[in-house]
Amino acid sequence: MIRLLRALGRLTVDGVWQVGFATRFLFVMLRHSGPSFARFSLTIRELYFSGVLSLVIIVVSGAFVGMVLGLQGYDTLQRFGSESALGSIVALSLLRELGPVVAALLFASRAGSAVTAEIGLMKATEQLTAMDMMAVNPIARVVAPRFWGGVLSMPLLAAIFSTVGVIGGWFIGVVVIGVDNGTFWSQMANSVDFREDVMNGVVKSFVFGWAVSLIAVFQGYDCTPTAEGVSRAITKTVVYSSLTVLALDFILTSFMYIGK
Amino acid sequence: MTTHPDIAEPVVELRGVDAGYGERLILSGIDFSVRRGQLVAVMGGSGSGKTTLLRLVSGQLRARKGSVRVFGESLEKISEKELYALRRRMGMLFQFGALFTDLSVFDNVAFPLREHTDLPESMIHDLVLLKLNAVGLRGAATLMPSELSGGMARRVALARSVALDPELIMYDEPFAGLDPISLGVIGQAIRKLNDALGAASILVTHDVVESLSIVDYVYLVSEGKIVAQGTPDEIRASTDPFVHQFIHAEADGPVPFHYPAPPLAESLLESEVAR
Repeated sequence: MIRLLRALGRLTVDGVWQVGFATRFLFVMLRHSGPSFARFSLTIRELYFSGVLSLVIIVVSGAFVGMVLGLQGYDTLQRFGSESALGSIVALSLLRELGPVVAALLFASRAGSAVTAEIGLMKATEQLTAMDMMAVNPIARVVAPRFWGGVLSMPLLAAIFSTVGVIGGWFIGVVVIGVDNGTFWSQMANSVDFREDVMNGVVKSFVFGWAVSLIAVFQGYDCTPTAEGVSRAITKTVVYSSLTVLALDFILTSFMYIGK
Repeated sequence: MTTHPDIAEPVVELRGVDAGYGERLILSGIDFSVRRGQLVAVMGGSGSGKTTLLRLVSGQLRARKGSVRVFGESLEKISEKELYALRRRMGMLFQFGALFTDLSVFDNVAFPLREHTDLPESMIHDLVLLKLNAVGLRGAATLMPSELSGGMARRVALARSVALDPELIMYDEPFAGLDPISLGVIGQAIRKLNDALGAASILVTHDVVESLSIVDYVYLVSEGKIVAQGTPDEIRASTDPFVHQFIHAEADGPVPFHYPAPPLAESLLESEVAR
């Protein structure tokens, strides 16, 4: 029993220490973020690696999620004779929830893991120490551009995911099943509110971008500089990012929609 | 005109230094100095504290006790900005080169020049080619680090570490894992660079033959202490049992072969009882 309590205590202390260290790391990184904007080419490069190279998985997943929404939505709505509301269901589901959340989960697995692996391997092969020895701060030169690249690409990827998803839902609903085209789009236009739905989705994706990017760069920078350490850090990035995105989604949704 | 090492001012000076990681004390009571124009070797077995000494000099590790002075400045309470100003006058060659794997050989050598100078790209181009020419790798400028052999990577890293003509150059195990030809080439390059730049150099190594042929002074480190020092001739002629064992690579001597452990019979009996 004592052993169990001791293990639980150690786990809690380690967890609190990690959160504290990650917060301190965030502030150090923000303090050294100047070069990421002064030399914007550094961040553009990371936007390409994190954002552009994630496009394939985002577009394909968005299309399939939208098509599934079209099928499921139609199947449910036609039981109540409300198949004309398909456009609203597809758009609201994607803009409010699925777009930001699924895009963030995919982003964590594709780009987050890659960022952790890259920084972790740079640490393991002494590239970060070499940079530090050349009087170039690795947090400013390597970590911060990757962080901002992730933060900036996440809302764009979520927007692309939602757009492609809506097209997928339209394809299944209108082209394949035969729901009226005009009804599909007019219902969507009537029910979607720019501030309530679109902007809240953007805010969510921006917050997820911060969380996933911070976890990815922190795990890479903090990893044990061995092959095993890097592999563990990548796993942690995917697991912690996914859990954080889901938890943050619940909290943000509570504030955005329930509490009004 | 190069100042004679004996009368030149010390570039690195450690007095009564203790250092370690966490609760482990790695170095204790270290007195060490390197003067301008001097190439100094720090030799010792694996885990003796040689690399920790380099980390102290480069400001990556702070001393627990004693004083560390580099270019006349104390590193004890130095700010990050001041430390970076000192590091611009230093160069360091890492054991495996630590080349940036996403940059070509050319861009690796150009990296410190682009970060720390406002030189036009045409001048950087010429300087990089000159540095690469000095290590015999001008023809490899367009290659990526993954296309280089271990020896070539070390030579590119050497060119990068002296790109800004540093006044203090540190080499961490530059000979480890090299074939005899690459070893000789790197050894001669280290000596020539030190003389050409009028710099001070610290060479951390356990390669006795190559080091004694190129350095001016030797420190021998064992179990975190400096156990012997002198010129290569003094070291070769030393009758000290530790120096003798190290220089002649003898298995038996004051340096134990076994990591501290209870007698073998006792350990075997313990495992027998456990079964």
